[in-house]
Amino acid sequence: MSSLMAELEARALKLGVPLSVQLDVTYRCNERCVHCYLEHHDDRGEMTTAEIRDLLNQLAQAGVFFLAVSGGEPLLRPDCLELIAAARALTFNVKLKTNAILIGQDEAQRLRALGVETVQTSIYSHRAEVHDGITGVGGSLERSLAAIRFLKAEGLKVTVTCVLMQQNQGDHAGVRQLAAELGAGFTLDPTITPYLNGDRSIVALNISRDDLQQVFRNPDLVGNLEEFCAPPPPVNDDILDGFPCSAGHSACYISPYGDVYPCVQFPLPSGNVRGQKFRDIWRNSPQLKEVRSIRARDLPICSQCGHVGSCTRCPGLAYMEGNMRGASSVDCEKAFVRTGIPLAKPR
Amino acid sequence: MSDKYIARSTEIAARLLGGEMMIMSAVDSTLFTLNETATAIWNAADGVTPLREIVEHQVCQEFEISPEAAYQDALSLVEELAKHGILLVSDQPTAPQEPTP
Repeated sequence: MSSLMAELEARALKLGVPLSVQLDVTYRCNERCVHCYLEHHDDRGEMTTAEIRDLLNQLAQAGVFFLAVSGGEPLLRPDCLELIAAARALTFNVKLKTNAILIGQDEAQRLRALGVETVQTSIYSHRAEVHDGITGVGGSLERSLAAIRFLKAEGLKVTVTCVLMQQNQGDHAGVRQLAAELGAGFTLDPTITPYLNGDRSIVALNISRDDLQQVFRNPDLVGNLEEFCAPPPPVNDDILDGFPCSAGHSACYISPYGDVYPCVQFPLPSGNVRGQKFRDIWRNSPQLKEVRSIRARDLPICSQCGHVGSCTRCPGLAYMEGNMRGASSVDCEKAFVRTGIPLAKPR
Repeated sequence: MSDKYIARSTEIAARLLGGEMMIMSAVDSTLFTLNETATAIWNAADGVTPLREIVEHQVCQEFEISPEAAYQDALSLVEELAKHGILLVSDQPTAPQEPTP
């Protein structure tokens, strides 16, 4: 994070401003990725165009700057570009998360004209049989890559995300090279999270500890190894008075049905914009207030763990394991694999 | 005396945070924050009001500074922002831009 970005984040926290929001405009999708945490049927009625336009106005008034438009596949909504245009007219910084297979030259030109800042697309492998095997859609790699070429030809910034799982564990280098050839950025995500409904069956797709270790020992992927694998800093009051991440503090997530959660990975129902103004939920939701009240010293296991000062503990994953003040086992595993230091080591 | 006309680019993201404007250029993703004076100039950048008039109303009335010094400072600021595609600077009035919320 740049120093200016960190400064803005700190100021937003102090002012109680929701700097970043992810808005899923649909859960419907034209791919069926084996690791996806969503159910794709629309059984509750997505927010209408008018409802989302009104919500965007509310978000702008609340001070939201970074808006991630996602799904499901957001472009399955016929009004998706209209909604992005409305967001841009309100001068949001818009990131579009899409599998891109519906993006042709016309859509790429339109996204460029609208001033979308970044398009983020998941590419699981440079090999079609692996990528298409994960998405469940034949030809999806070819179509996503064609879309990225259209987007790049228009001058848009594209980030390729490679979610790592057992099916593609050896392919991240190929995807990285592909992204470089396309002029796209590259990020690797080695974590498969549970379904939002709590079903943990897909967590079994996570790569093994040995494979995770290989990722964490690869400077091409993690940068400075010495820094990345450094032992955690000594625990002090500043660390124990800290909070884990921006979820619910300066960021939140809104579902296609108007549900507000602290984060897309933290499905704690905190209000619904169909029955309440966003700003009222943001300021007064008892659930968000509870999330904001939690400090590292309030975590019964983590506050006793030597990793507490550098752990990437996700409170949402802990919540999905049954206790938002508990440990997130995926992050415990990462802390151990990253540093080689045993977990929950008494201080 | 010649003057400049400034208009906000539509290729930016912007939001007011605690009285200061955050702006990100879609051209190069550079992030800026403008102090309150620069924010006032930014908000007045409608493409049709001369920069000298903006400075006179938004800066000189707020601070004890000579109009010429304030104008030169403002000119440096708008030229810097123009380099990043955030402001459009012209010798002639331009079409009004969308207001910044």
